[in-house]
Amino acid sequence: MAAYIVRRLLWVIFLLFVVTLVTFTVFTVLPAADPAVLRAGRQPSPELVASIREQFGLDDPYIVQFLRYIGDILPFLGGDGFNFGYSYQSNQEVLPQILDRLPATMFLTVGAVVLWLSIGIPIGMISAVKTGSWLDRLTMGLALIAISAPVYFLGLVALFLFDDSIGRFPLLPGSGAYQDAENVLGKAEALIMPWCVLAAAFAAIYARFLRGNLIDTMQEDYIRTARAKGLSERRVIFRHGVRSAITPIVTLLGLDIGILLGGAILTETVFNIQGIGRFAYEAIVRFDLPVIQGTVLFGAFFIVIMSLLVDILYAFIDPRVRY
Amino acid sequence: MAAPLLEVTDLRVHFETEDGLVKAVDGISYSVDRGQTLGIVGESGSGKSVSSLTVMGLTRARNAHISGSVKFDGRDLLGASDEDLREVRGNDIAMIFQDPLSSLHPFYKVGKQIVEAIQSHRDVSKAQAYDRAVEMLGLVGIPEPRRRADSYPHEFSGGMRQRAMIAMALANDPKLLIADEPTTALDVTVQAQILELIERLQSEFDTAVVVITHDLGVVAEMADDIAVMYGGRIVEQGRADTIFNAPEHPYTWGLLSSIPRMDAPRGEELVPIPGRPPSLIHLPGGCSFHPRCPYVRDAHRRVEPVLDPVGGDPSHKVACLLDSATRRKLWQELQAGIRPEDARQDVIEEGAA
Repeated sequence: MAAYIVRRLLWVIFLLFVVTLVTFTVFTVLPAADPAVLRAGRQPSPELVASIREQFGLDDPYIVQFLRYIGDILPFLGGDGFNFGYSYQSNQEVLPQILDRLPATMFLTVGAVVLWLSIGIPIGMISAVKTGSWLDRLTMGLALIAISAPVYFLGLVALFLFDDSIGRFPLLPGSGAYQDAENVLGKAEALIMPWCVLAAAFAAIYARFLRGNLIDTMQEDYIRTARAKGLSERRVIFRHGVRSAITPIVTLLGLDIGILLGGAILTETVFNIQGIGRFAYEAIVRFDLPVIQGTVLFGAFFIVIMSLLVDILYAFIDPRVRY
Repeated sequence: MAAPLLEVTDLRVHFETEDGLVKAVDGISYSVDRGQTLGIVGESGSGKSVSSLTVMGLTRARNAHISGSVKFDGRDLLGASDEDLREVRGNDIAMIFQDPLSSLHPFYKVGKQIVEAIQSHRDVSKAQAYDRAVEMLGLVGIPEPRRRADSYPHEFSGGMRQRAMIAMALANDPKLLIADEPTTALDVTVQAQILELIERLQSEFDTAVVVITHDLGVVAEMADDIAVMYGGRIVEQGRADTIFNAPEHPYTWGLLSSIPRMDAPRGEELVPIPGRPPSLIHLPGGCSFHPRCPYVRDAHRRVEPVLDPVGGDPSHKVACLLDSATRRKLWQELQAGIRPEDARQDVIEEGAA
């Protein structure tokens, strides 16, 4: 197990390196605009642009720029370590800015996860057990709608309906309320709408996934054995069926959490929450390469770490898995 | 004479499907006495598994139509409530299945699964149930049962898994054990061990056993009675030695000549039954075996045979349109090594008359 984890961690480092290389290549070798010109402001003099190029080392060969970037990140190669560079826009260090925005993204993610699990899992179970019932048809129909509706559309509709300043039924704090809220309770209130919007599609996906899994599981031979033992149908479903059917959900959940921690770009943008997703969005719009690099790397980090955690967790929830 | 432990009368299980009505079981009757063994033999799709799952109340498809009667120990099982059936399952009637790996839950330890079976019928503490589980594992021949109870099914070999299934099935001392192809998924060397184990425990616990198999060899040693099923019906039933020594149905003959025998001369070919099992939706008219029967006559395509007692032995019943004398002659010819296609035509003509 320990050897397996070490091997996986080395793999994580390699993956992050590749992600960095690809991002760097995409945004450097194929530039949409000269970062120095962007940095210099309106109608800059050629001298100013040149000095900026000098300052950021933009005249160096790409390979040197890349190695410098990597060298600044790695803690043991001289330098301060963990330096992801400086934003072209604000000239501030990238990492502290990301960490600054992390709590908002985490709060959004965790709340949404709790919400979609507590909606999706019961619905999935009920509609699997009552396949073909009106409840099954209704919930699966709604799920299809929730999966099909894009987050930005749902988000805008939610704001249009419930935003307490512009909504038709002004019930909930809307866009930008998260930043204005002063305490945790206020922030939680501001997140009610984003949570619901973000959780809707996920709850639908999880419900359908669990439903399909559970229907398959209930056909298994060991379910027949459980019934032949004379267990109550309730016990057959929960202890034998759901136990197996819910296991793959862990994989799905791990990856989804990883992706969202890297920034729920659409939700954060629609509701104007200053999280990592919104930060990345603004960086892309303004071609702020160091910030793009930083946020991409951060997102990739969460995904690979979560998938590692999922694999380790599997050894505990599925006795057949051994490393 | 006391009533039989299990009495199945005119059991029918039909499934409504988009392709038509599947008559999986079409009017079968049999009975099993306490401590006795019945072998139900037939090819896949002959309805043998469905009939026994129905006895357990495990035919759950919504499109199933079940009729007839199943009496167990004086109780009517077909009309019983779910709760009453649950009481019977795993307690009075236990079942083991073909594939012991997929039949055990992969996520729970073997001991725990047996404990669950015990505690769902007995009001005992977990520790008592666990002791009983360990005792049963020891009884079925699993070495170091206390340690092995703490293993998962995938850590067992195929034979050990089936032993564990048997331990679980017998943990509540059932009156009837239904074994559905108990050895089919196992190595040949392990098959004999498992059959021996079932026989030994049967006499120890005085359990009645219904063995369902496609392999007459499996029931040769252990069955007291045998029912041969074809296309959802019983085509021949009787005492085991009668079925092996004086079978009267051409299908039974086919099954018998497709088993390898140690006493046969080397090089003698096995004779397979030609053709395939019939569709249960469009069962051939007349005698449903007629497309595969080497002795078929025109009339057999129209007239349905009835399961009638053979003269002189009320326990031996056959559903065949050939008359008894002809059947006996044909069987003797087969015994003498004459192949069905060379069978004396006059014998068959006689039968058709």
